[in-house]
Amino acid sequence: MRLSVKHLVVDRGARRIVDDLSFAVEAGEALVLVGPNGAGKTTVIRTVAGLIGVAGGSIALEGGDAEKELPAQAHYIGHLNALKPSLTVEENLRFWAAYLGGGAVDGAAIDAALVAFDLEPLAMIPAGYLSAGQKRRACLARLIATPRPLWLLDEPTVSLDAASVALLARQVGQHVAGGGLVLAATHIPLGLASERRLEIGVRSAAA
Amino acid sequence: MSAFWTLLKRDLLLQVREGGAVGTALGFYLIVVAMMPLGLGPDLNLLSRIAPGVLWIALLLAALLSLPRIFEADDEDGSLEVIATGDLPLELATAAKALAHWISTGIPLALLAPVLGLLLNLDIEAYPVLVATMLVGTPAISFLGLVGAALTLRARRGGLLLALLVLPLYIPTLIFGIAAISAATGGPSGFQASFLILGAISLFSLVIGPVAAAAAIRFQTQ
Repeated sequence: MRLSVKHLVVDRGARRIVDDLSFAVEAGEALVLVGPNGAGKTTVIRTVAGLIGVAGGSIALEGGDAEKELPAQAHYIGHLNALKPSLTVEENLRFWAAYLGGGAVDGAAIDAALVAFDLEPLAMIPAGYLSAGQKRRACLARLIATPRPLWLLDEPTVSLDAASVALLARQVGQHVAGGGLVLAATHIPLGLASERRLEIGVRSAAA
Repeated sequence: MSAFWTLLKRDLLLQVREGGAVGTALGFYLIVVAMMPLGLGPDLNLLSRIAPGVLWIALLLAALLSLPRIFEADDEDGSLEVIATGDLPLELATAAKALAHWISTGIPLALLAPVLGLLLNLDIEAYPVLVATMLVGTPAISFLGLVGAALTLRARRGGLLLALLVLPLYIPTLIFGIAAISAATGGPSGFQASFLILGAISLFSLVIGPVAAAAAIRFQTQ
């Protein structure tokens, strides 16, 4: 499997944010987008997730499920956590697992997701009562609860403490080791062996 | 398709847990209708003549109050973007949200209407017709309102704009809803024709609403 982005052009209003960007992420690889604020890291990730239309170029998941569109094969972790404050952590997770997985919820996968991000003690607590870092972990647990090949992580480490960043790094490492693909934008290095970095927005910074 | 039911169930569960929206709409409906006899005086003939119109207009306004919440919470916490990456087409996801709105707001308002009919001296024979027309007509309110809610999602002071956009679209429902009730209480128009057109408007909005709302959301989340 291979995420292939060719000559991508993205406009936001009249501004051209991404101009002729090409890169590829192979199976078992994590690509980290780096660049200054406003370089277009979030725009690239949201475009791959299908939330922003492309003005030119192509995005394809080669060797993926031909029946499904690319966004349906990807997990998108954005700046917001997509948690309902009145539902417990486990209910939130179950909802996303059922919704993203097409109805069937694997109880073992839910438990694995709770364990993976050290959420077991918080499982029965409404998400509204959690701290910012705990909410972020509850959001990230979605990655484990529903298996999808491509992870799109936009600043996944925001408000996580060092121990939680290590938990995330381990999960990303396992996903990549299992042949998964990761496209991330982060300022905190995840410390992965197979991590590749792509500098973007350099040209617009120089212009 | 099970993702559709999952989303519907979650929206209904959130309505139960968070409450508020339904209670506000029902309370608003009660107050607007209760003010009519106070404003118009205790003329029972007049009240029973205008009762269908008052009940329908107040219902539209009460439903309007609850429309912005359909997408607002999901947009604020980022859920809407994750919903967009699901297998379920966004058109069906918005349909699930409209259906949840109808079940949690449209049906309670329709069931409250006969109680409020008492305040307006509505002819007792018109009660079954009143509830029937409202149950058939309120899906149009949810599904057309869905479009307005999606269009004004990120607009400042979206609530006022929403009223301007959506209320004109409710006019056909209002006309045929009232015509059906008047027919049952001895009015000039035929009941069956009005009732069928009312159903047709609801079916039409059932198709158009989710498609238009999904397009509006795609445009706004860019």
